[in-house]
Amino acid sequence: MDRFRMIFQYFQSNSESVMNGICGLLALASVKIYTSFDFNCPCLPKYNTAYGMGIMFVPPIALFLCGLIVNRQSVVMLEEWKRPTGGRKKDLAIIRYMCSSIIQRAMVAPIVWIIVTLLDGKCFICAFSGSIDPEKFAGFANLTQMQTQLLLSKVPCKDDELMRNNTSRKAVSRYLRCWSQALGWSILLLLIVVAFLARWLRPCFNQAAFVQTRYWSNYIDMEQKIFEETCCEHARDFANKCILHFFESMRKEIKLRHFNMPRGEEEADHLRGITDQEQVNKLLKSWYSGKPPLDVSQTTQRQPLGKERACTSVPWVDTVNNRWAAAQKANVSRQTDV
Amino acid sequence: MDKFRMIFQFLQSNQESFMNGICGIMALASAQMYAAFDFNCPCLPRYNLAYGLGILFVPPLVLFLLGFVMNNNVSMLAEEWKRPTGMRQKDPAVLRYMFCSMAQRAMIAPAVWISVTLLDGKCILCAFSTSVPVEKLGNLSYTGLSEKEMKRILARIPCKEIYDGQQLIPNEVAIRYLRCISQALGWSFVLLMTMLAFLVRSLRPCFTQAAFLKSKYWSHYIDIERKLFDETCTEHAKSFAKVCIQQFFEAMNKDMGMGHPHLPEKTPSEAGEEKEKLLGITDQGTMNKLLKSWHKCKPPLCLQQELFQNRNGWAGESQPLSPGSLPKREIIAYYSRV
Repeated sequence: MDRFRMIFQYFQSNSESVMNGICGLLALASVKIYTSFDFNCPCLPKYNTAYGMGIMFVPPIALFLCGLIVNRQSVVMLEEWKRPTGGRKKDLAIIRYMCSSIIQRAMVAPIVWIIVTLLDGKCFICAFSGSIDPEKFAGFANLTQMQTQLLLSKVPCKDDELMRNNTSRKAVSRYLRCWSQALGWSILLLLIVVAFLARWLRPCFNQAAFVQTRYWSNYIDMEQKIFEETCCEHARDFANKCILHFFESMRKEIKLRHFNMPRGEEEADHLRGITDQEQVNKLLKSWYSGKPPLDVSQTTQRQPLGKERACTSVPWVDTVNNRWAAAQKANVSRQTDV
Repeated sequence: MDKFRMIFQFLQSNQESFMNGICGIMALASAQMYAAFDFNCPCLPRYNLAYGLGILFVPPLVLFLLGFVMNNNVSMLAEEWKRPTGMRQKDPAVLRYMFCSMAQRAMIAPAVWISVTLLDGKCILCAFSTSVPVEKLGNLSYTGLSEKEMKRILARIPCKEIYDGQQLIPNEVAIRYLRCISQALGWSFVLLMTMLAFLVRSLRPCFTQAAFLKSKYWSHYIDIERKLFDETCTEHAKSFAKVCIQQFFEAMNKDMGMGHPHLPEKTPSEAGEEKEKLLGITDQGTMNKLLKSWHKCKPPLCLQQELFQNRNGWAGESQPLSPGSLPKREIIAYYSRV
């Protein structure tokens, strides 16, 4: 039981690690798909380049889109971007942070695909065998243009009858493969250096704002999850009450006074005063059109639904020590006790 | 018990991840089915096309329907669609939401089948072997073959053992060409599907977010209500049966004379507890009426008004109280722990 609670809490609190895990899985899936894919160069003059480049670049695009789709945070970010301002101002820095973290994670699988493709070499050989300089290789010099093109385009196909006993084929193949692997390793090195620098130099620039942005982006994610869970609990209690009322209404002789006791207190807490369809709809609509300001101390008094929450933060401006007030005196969007 | 409650809560609140898990399993099953299927091209002029396209399109249709069948929510959707309106209006937005989410999940396995089929290439090779451009790839001037004869030869391309047109067009060249086309189609299909999924997911928060939250809540509510109603009925049936059997034994006991008090008398409080679980429904006619009325006329989604009614006595009651009985103040626990 404790173990389940711990796993549950872990998922709740650490969506970053979950996202990293999914990103790793996608990268592994990308390698697996490449190895199980049966590469089949057409060995025809114009088709080679199209095929080779296609295999090198189309699957990465699909993997990138997959990475965006699978990441829950992308929907959260879009909702935050597109929501009406209501009682809570939008902070573009947070949206930018979320966007960049989503894109960084989504880029891992495509980059893995491209690097594996280059290190393997088949795509490169297929795409560029027709573009090499035939003078460099003995078997392809002294031929007409058309014949050279034809022969070169058949280089990737070892079993073709024209290429079976051709020694220059191996030379061309090795040459192209060498280029392909050099390119692959260079790209890998470059990316690692860039990642290293980005991570190492980041604390030198604006660390305070970064910590704030990270906190609030986690907060938005958590808030959405908890809202969904609360809706689930509410639906459950609502359904419970509804059904029992229904059974009650079939009774003809028993009269009752309190149907929501002794368990009533717990249930009433869960229902939070929302007890009919109109109120639930109103609640959901006003959650969307006017999110409450981030000021928990004021929610000790329950506010009736539908009231504008736009001007509730006034008494706090003077008393709270607010780091953000330095930049936005009049437009306080969030108060924090951090 | 707590453990089950936690798992239940986790699955409920993460209903999306649960359904996604099932989708993933069906997709893997679809890929495995393709791998285990023994493709067998007929290598005859008109049969090739029919067989190839049949294998490409018929299993996806079957998988799509299977996806609907395996989804528990299909019967829920049908029930909600077909029920009499009664006191609770039907919301077409909720029905649309339920149908769309089911259709999206059911589309994954067919899409995987089609992608794997195209990327493998055997189907397209079989279906379109007679449409290979011989003038580009082979020697059209080889013989003055009739159209029919050429088609017969080309139809044998997928079957290497019986292929006899090596002079007309080499087998490997034709196979490579067709497979290249097939793989290009496959990757384009994959890219198209991921792009569609991405657009659907990312455009939704920009339009209709409030209506979406509403539909999600109420569709979830309908699901929970149905499950809770079944549970309540089961418990009721259990108590009903218990009391029924108890009364039968008591009656038998009385019939056989007063002197055989073998059965231990249940303490009045226990008997009372069982009777209370019956919620006042104590005979077949009433129970049947209750079940019929649940189908014909679901209660309105409004708990507040019944609370109000109860405080004022049973406002809608038509039958007079039994003489001599004052309004009883009873506090009853309705439901056992779920």
